[in-house]
Amino acid sequence: MDSSFYLIQLLNGIQYGFLLFLVASGLTLIFGIMGIINLAHGSFYMVGAYLVFWFTSLTGGLFTGVLLALPVSLMVGYGVERLAISYLYRRDHLYQVLLTYALILIFNELQRTLWGSDVHSVPIPELLNGSVQLTENQAYPIYRLFISGCCIVIALAMYWVIQKTRLGMTIRAGASNREMVQSLGINVNRLFAIVFSLGATLAALAGMLAAPVNTVYPGIGDGILIISFVVVVIGGIGSIKGAFIGAMLIGLADTFGKVLLPEMASMVVYALMALVLFWRPQGLFGKA
Amino acid sequence: MQKLTRPILVLLCLGVVSLALFPLIGSDFYVGLLTKIMILAIFAVSLDLLIGFTGLISFGHAAFFGIGGYVLAIFFQDADSINYWTALALVLCCTALVALIIGWLSIRASGVYFIMLTLAFAQMFYYFFFESPYYGGDDGIFLFSKPEVNIGSVSLIDLEDEHSFYYFVLAWLVAVYLFLNMILRAPFGHVIVAIKANEQRTRALGYPLQRYKLMSFVIAGTLAGLAGFLEAVHTGYVTPAYMGWHESGIAMVIVILGGMGTLFGPIIGAFVIVLLQDYLPNLTEHWQLLMGAIIIAVVLFLPEGIAGLLYRISDRLFNAKGSASADNSIADVPLARPEQSLNVDVRESVSGSKSYE
Repeated sequence: MDSSFYLIQLLNGIQYGFLLFLVASGLTLIFGIMGIINLAHGSFYMVGAYLVFWFTSLTGGLFTGVLLALPVSLMVGYGVERLAISYLYRRDHLYQVLLTYALILIFNELQRTLWGSDVHSVPIPELLNGSVQLTENQAYPIYRLFISGCCIVIALAMYWVIQKTRLGMTIRAGASNREMVQSLGINVNRLFAIVFSLGATLAALAGMLAAPVNTVYPGIGDGILIISFVVVVIGGIGSIKGAFIGAMLIGLADTFGKVLLPEMASMVVYALMALVLFWRPQGLFGKA
Repeated sequence: MQKLTRPILVLLCLGVVSLALFPLIGSDFYVGLLTKIMILAIFAVSLDLLIGFTGLISFGHAAFFGIGGYVLAIFFQDADSINYWTALALVLCCTALVALIIGWLSIRASGVYFIMLTLAFAQMFYYFFFESPYYGGDDGIFLFSKPEVNIGSVSLIDLEDEHSFYYFVLAWLVAVYLFLNMILRAPFGHVIVAIKANEQRTRALGYPLQRYKLMSFVIAGTLAGLAGFLEAVHTGYVTPAYMGWHESGIAMVIVILGGMGTLFGPIIGAFVIVLLQDYLPNLTEHWQLLMGAIIIAVVLFLPEGIAGLLYRISDRLFNAKGSASADNSIADVPLARPEQSLNVDVRESVSGSKSYE
């Protein structure tokens, strides 16, 4: 229990936080801009994990697997938006919860049909399959550092897209005032389709990156879904900055909770959420 | 809530009568299944009080269902015999207390935040029982004896017997229905429906919204606890899965499929969902696909649920009588006539309850 032990937990927490951020940022955008509660977001995480397992075992490499899986998840997201979500924009939250709940059932069944209910593992590529020596007897796997690195790159890319490009400008405007964007002549349907597909792809990408570490198993998306909602709500709905802070908080709280309070580790994150909401009912960066 | 038109009232009475007669002809398997359905119906109708009448979308309602079961199991797991009255009182008090605390914390938030906060509390309870070493962990707790319903030394009903238990649950279902029907007809019911229809206006009329919402939350939570208690007695065990978010989700599906904002809708919904879960696996191995498709079809084409469909059919068939129930006018609906004992109409809510407080 020396300092390097805590350093490892810290790195684990940050890496988990980054993964959560990928899932939650898509969720918060879909929430904030489209006003859709997407329970099927965890299913995209699962789709990503299974696709990368499938393509990796077909092609033999994780990188080619990810490259093949990305466009497929983009298409899955687009298809779901067109075929199901697009009918819900004017409907009450309740119906969104219900329809996306039905989507979870469908995705789970498809997964069972296509890949069965076995647990699969995805090999870590040779290149990243070592570990860094922190002290004499504590090592840290390179692949976990690689995940964090990827997430940082994606987060920066997202920051750039959202802050510096025209699409990002529209997205930001949409998050703060949907009606105004519409009345300014932006094609909202197209914007929604883009945001939803991108959000779904981010979740799928998180699933792909996590696959070699966490293995791929049925119901993999369910746990991450609820935690991502916790992140989004803590951060404030529609706020990417909030999603980032929330993801880090939850990632660290969960990791350290498991170490320090193993008997109630899973309660810690929900208690944290209840606390934050008690203090700020609209989340850390939410609009009042 | 729409008026119970005469055809639907007749349908409901027929339903209760056929439920009462069913054990005479049905096999033991289906008696057990129907018992499970009626317990689920009590759970769903309690959620409907929140979703359909008060406008509070709770995504953590299964917490109370689970707590109801766990209170029974924790206090009586080693007992030789369980006194039904003590157990029932204990369960109702504990769930009401928990609902009071969770409700007090949750109703401060609104909209999506309320949905998520209730979910978070339910998950907290779920993980508490899942990980705690004291209460059986993910295996749950087994109950070795069933409560004895005695008055003095006279045994009223033998809950060990599957058929008696069936009638016992049926009686509870009817009682819960009548109880909810009563409070919805009372000024309290009119106020919570007004809150759902228009919060600002109800506040402007001087009603303390939070207190009414909390009251509704506690009643719904307590009834869910009752359902959990019955389920624990029926199956003889409780597991953390009782309070998982899938359980809350399926309860929501039942309420909406059946028709929220009506009391009989969720009851029909419980029958439809459980019978589908029982029947679809016979058709195909991939029955969840069908289940998902059915739910999507309901969302897209039948947003008012089965209850809405029944109203439409009865309007079509008995046009002259039924048309009044379909329009949304506020002022021109007369006060419920006393002889139509099951009438609940919300459109008179605000004007009808001004004198309250």
